[in-house]
Amino acid sequence: MSYIFAIILTLLSFSSPQKVDNGYQPGDVATDFSLLSTDGQKVSMADFPEAKGFIIVFTCNHCPFAIKYEDRLIDIAKRYRALGYETIAINPNDPDVQPADSYELMKIRAQEKGFIFPYVFDEGQKIFPQYGATKTPHVYLLDKNRVVKYIGAIDDNVESADDVKERYLENAIAALENGQEPNPSITKAIGCSIKVKK
Amino acid sequence: MRTLIYIVFYVLSYTCQAQTNDIQAFDTFQEWKKAREFHKDTVYIVNFWATWCQPCVKELPYFETFHHNFIHKPYKVILLSLDFKKQLNSHLIPFLKKNNIRSEVAVLTDTKYNDWMPLVHEEWSGAIPATWMIANGKDFFAERDFDSYGELEQFLSENIHSIFK
Repeated sequence: MSYIFAIILTLLSFSSPQKVDNGYQPGDVATDFSLLSTDGQKVSMADFPEAKGFIIVFTCNHCPFAIKYEDRLIDIAKRYRALGYETIAINPNDPDVQPADSYELMKIRAQEKGFIFPYVFDEGQKIFPQYGATKTPHVYLLDKNRVVKYIGAIDDNVESADDVKERYLENAIAALENGQEPNPSITKAIGCSIKVKK
Repeated sequence: MRTLIYIVFYVLSYTCQAQTNDIQAFDTFQEWKKAREFHKDTVYIVNFWATWCQPCVKELPYFETFHHNFIHKPYKVILLSLDFKKQLNSHLIPFLKKNNIRSEVAVLTDTKYNDWMPLVHEEWSGAIPATWMIANGKDFFAERDFDSYGELEQFLSENIHSIFK
């Protein structure tokens, strides 16, 4: 009986051509990158040898879901930089598909919002597929050795920062600070799918 | 008598209008699933979308066309909106009116995404649009968008036939 079930499962998995790309799981070592920031400089994690960890956020200009998190992201970046965690925001979208996410408009957005962290452009879209990012916003928390510790949402309430009950990202950092593994290490939330040319 | 007819007419027209303006809103995924009776001889095609999601809005007419083209078949298109609760009156309802959406629409304002998304599919990362097909206790999930009506019809037909029949 369980044999039949296994066959059915196998058949089902073969018949799903839209399987999500795997990308990183907690415990994997994330790749570094060298991407152009809105201030015209290339930015890598290696530029921050003193960092205790990295908050890598795939985000963009146009996505309303990502925009709702901008202020919270600035606040988090500020508070955790003091603890040694560097935030880097990466725009993974192809501006040919989503013109609002061009490098020029990234510069304007970074200035308007006063981003205190590098906002870099994944030109050629080489980095986000390695991480397995599928949407904006999509957060990866890495330790100082670039080991992935947490993947997912910033918190559990996109609509209202005041009504947040679970601060997933901050709880994950707190776990690292206490020498523990974040739990949960993966969370889900909706977001805008990353725009890729077909 | 004539007055009575007018009153009845007035009440009826008011009721009809109320129905087109109101769409069913659900605070939790479980409530929506409970309220939506799934008959085993029907294929349900649930499209997760939002007015703020551009690729979702782009593919919505394809779902509308599918609904129209297969209206005689036991297929049911459900456009399950994930619009923000504060934007239902300002964004969602005007959008549905303006585009004269005919498929079934419901709105799910459950922001405990991490709790309910895995109930739809373990591999759903959260990106929308996404489409979920349910029939007779089986289901099929795809986190993707569609570029044309033809692409959607082919996708749905293939899956309806290979998985559900």
